[in-house]
Amino acid sequence: MADINLTIDGKQVQAKPGMTVLDAAKLAGVYVPTLCFHPDLAPYGACRLCIVEIEKMRGLPTACTTPVTEGMVVKTNTPQIQQFRRGVLELILTEHPHPCLTCWRRERCGPFDVCLRNVDVTHRCVLCPKNGICELQQVVDHIGIEQVEFPYVYREIAIDRENPFFERDYNLCIVCGRCVRVCQEIRGVGAIALTYRGSNALPGTAFGRALLDSDCQYCGACVDACPTGALIERNRKWEGAGERKVLTTCVYCGVGCQLNLTIKNGKIIESVPARENDVNRGQACVKGRFAIADVVHSPERLTKPLIKKNGKFEEASWDEALNLVASKLGSYKKEEVGIVASARCTNEENYVTQKFTRVVFGHNNVDHCARL
Amino acid sequence: MAGLVTSFGSGAMTNSIKEIGDAACILAIGTNTTDTHPVIGLEIKKAVNKGGKLIVANPREIRLTQFADVWLQHKPGSDIALLMGMMKVIIDEGLEDKAFIEARCENLDALKESLKAYDLDFVEKTTGVPRAKIVEAARIYATTKPATLLYTMGITQHTHGTDNVMATANLAMLTGNIGKPSTGVNPLRGQNNVQGACDMGALPNVYTGYQGVADPNNKQKFETAWGAKLNDKPGLTVTEMMNAAHEGKIKAMYIVGENPTLSEADTNHTLEALRKLDFLVVQDIFQTETTREADVILPAVSFAEKDGTFTNTERRVQRVRKAVEAVGEAKPDWWITDEIARLMGAKGFDYKNAEEIMSEINKLTPSYAGITYARLEKGGLQWPCPNTEHPGTPILHTAQFSRGKGRFVPITYRPSAELPDAEYPLVLTTGRSLFQYHTGTMTRKVKGLNDILGEGKVDINPKDAQTLGIANGEMVKITSRRGSVTAKASVTGVTSEGVVFMNFHFAENCANILTNNALDPVAKTPEYKVCAVRIEKKSGELANVAV
Ligand code: SF4
Ligand code: SF4
Ligand code: SF4
Ligand code: SF4
Ligand code: FES
Repeated sequence: MADINLTIDGKQVQAKPGMTVLDAAKLAGVYVPTLCFHPDLAPYGACRLCIVEIEKMRGLPTACTTPVTEGMVVKTNTPQIQQFRRGVLELILTEHPHPCLTCWRRERCGPFDVCLRNVDVTHRCVLCPKNGICELQQVVDHIGIEQVEFPYVYREIAIDRENPFFERDYNLCIVCGRCVRVCQEIRGVGAIALTYRGSNALPGTAFGRALLDSDCQYCGACVDACPTGALIERNRKWEGAGERKVLTTCVYCGVGCQLNLTIKNGKIIESVPARENDVNRGQACVKGRFAIADVVHSPERLTKPLIKKNGKFEEASWDEALNLVASKLGSYKKEEVGIVASARCTNEENYVTQKFTRVVFGHNNVDHCARL
Repeated sequence: MAGLVTSFGSGAMTNSIKEIGDAACILAIGTNTTDTHPVIGLEIKKAVNKGGKLIVANPREIRLTQFADVWLQHKPGSDIALLMGMMKVIIDEGLEDKAFIEARCENLDALKESLKAYDLDFVEKTTGVPRAKIVEAARIYATTKPATLLYTMGITQHTHGTDNVMATANLAMLTGNIGKPSTGVNPLRGQNNVQGACDMGALPNVYTGYQGVADPNNKQKFETAWGAKLNDKPGLTVTEMMNAAHEGKIKAMYIVGENPTLSEADTNHTLEALRKLDFLVVQDIFQTETTREADVILPAVSFAEKDGTFTNTERRVQRVRKAVEAVGEAKPDWWITDEIARLMGAKGFDYKNAEEIMSEINKLTPSYAGITYARLEKGGLQWPCPNTEHPGTPILHTAQFSRGKGRFVPITYRPSAELPDAEYPLVLTTGRSLFQYHTGTMTRKVKGLNDILGEGKVDINPKDAQTLGIANGEMVKITSRRGSVTAKASVTGVTSEGVVFMNFHFAENCANILTNNALDPVAKTPEYKVCAVRIEKKSGELANVAV
């Protein structure tokens, strides 16, 4: 199908049929702020932050739900739009702690600094695990809000810590619905839904049960989809952004999900599914998402060669252990030695193990537990 | 995977994961995909959301059955009868893809002949599935295209596992569902690099890329490359090695990163075999039930502390990257094996890094020839990938089968090796859970996972529980001809009457103490999926647990 030509903020864009104005804006390198939008989910059009002006269209349509058409002329950044967006954000912020959001000192403020404005600790970004990696912060910073006219009402909802992997603090929720939609649309689970408590819609399980008693599979997709600090992995809560990310392959099943490991101080602080690939495309399961750091950094890891002496394992040097193994394995008739490789090791390691068997022992008694 | 080799000439997933979401019909047989391959489970749900038909064949009411159009609750071990029954319906109603069969397949007459033994009365009786459902499933699968067929260990872990696999291949060929997007026969491999370990020749009968050891050309090729005298006689499988150890024929073993004590069928037998060894070296990242039996334990690094590649279930080779420094003095497995080889005087074990090993693999393995580290920086590559310009192969057998024509294989139904009787009246079937991995060596170190699923339970149907007077949560003793274990009973309609189910992740209630190591004659896979047991209330007396 032919490309669709349109203009966004004066730039010519060639979009593909089926794209939205938001997709086309990304293509043109034009930033449009969004909150309820998520690239893997169906367009939702709830937060109205992504509004734009389109010639010959009435009102302010949302970019994330409006398909591109030939000859469209789009403006994303007029004073009217910015004014409207500010209004939308301010409304969100009447129910979201915001003193730090509008404070010029935020980036320099540490968690234990004395607050200029004497703000309650539960209301400070600098004490929120998402500080610095928060989408809401980024959006506020982009649009620029100096102060919020309406008073802020603290929801006073108890933080839910009733599951092993992540915490739910719905005081920070902006009701974008991304968690609910990912759980339903992508995971097909529907453990959480928007539920009503008084006048407020908030995500939650049916009848407000604990996640442990719901259908939740602990995949963490909701945590990854959340733009705020409302859903946070417990173990990495206070770790911030980390120093670097390493892309690798999960070890827990044959799917081979691509995972980004975040590293800080030589330790893995989290493992988040990577998006740019043909295998898992942003998804994982409980094992790849939450069970990697604890295993790699387990205090029970073997750290030294061990040799059994008089029925007890004793630590040994590599030299001693390797020499013992080499001389022992060499002391039998070749066919008296069997070798087991591993479906958990790498290709390179399996290659070396089978070559070792075949070259050193001259037989083919090498296998792994492939049959289960 | 021997079955697929007979039928197609190549034994791996024929298609790719991301095609599953576009299938018009999915037949998921013997796979609890949402638990064992969760991200592939998402693809199945995607297909269903788009209006695709889902047929689930499983003795247990797994999560996928909620999404299924047809659920065939067949008895454990009756897969052949079920699949052949479906083929009979397809042939009788003329729903087969005649053009495809004519152009691409051979031996249809022999298949037709063998189908005569599967009249629907027999099939209904053997499988326990009402004939109307079998007919419905057959019609849907044959007429809703593209259709993909997925299976896991529920198909292979039987004494007739190879026949099961060939039956799935017959069905796919009969309906022309091979060689096109979103079709195929797709064995979902369980462990992260089981595909790669097979590809690399960590098998007793082949070198890398399935080059047979018995073929003199291959022998010569590898002798030249490795500068050593090689043997053209296929070796022993793990199960056979354990038997040989038991008989004293194997005296020493070197086990790299496996825990056969829990993973092999018949744990007591395996443990006895390991204890009879004169010398045992085990390499692992943790103490396991197997390292405890060792004379020497060598500490290996985890996947996050080394470079390398894994090959996933869709034949995609992907990078494993070193993310953090090794703990203590732990070393990569390849380094350790290299050192031992050098100390034993072998040449050709001086690799500096994993990439160097991959270059050697590239040279000796046609299907991996084009899979270099430089290319893998841009993402995974699916074999066969014969040269560095080749984009990789997402779909196998597009123009012709690896063996030329696809071969229909006539199949005779054979019951499982051990059937329930008066003494052991229940069928035990085993499997994985979402929340633990394999023998639990790694995942049981994660508190959160243990909080969710920290012990092995035995699932019992409410009717059987009532007959036995067993309440939900009560400790029971499960006994087979090989041993007994205790576990908490979970009374649930998930399993059908007469069938009980256990995970095999837990040493404390080790399901493989019970399982039968009777082997499939070709693939040598033990029959993990069917053995006969009895269940009793645990009345005061101490259970006779072996581990
Ligand atoms: S969620 Fe974001 S905006 Fe809200 S307190 Fe945390 S860091 Fe600040
Ligand atoms: S962890 Fe996964 S299953 Fe559980 S609520 Fe979140 S998205 Fe749903
Ligand atoms: S918890 Fe997070 S993702 Fe869910 S609705 Fe609230 S802000 Fe959005
Ligand atoms: S994250 Fe889950 S589905 Fe993905 S490879 Fe790991 S274990 Fe498999
Ligand atoms: S991002 Fe478009 S309406 Fe929320």
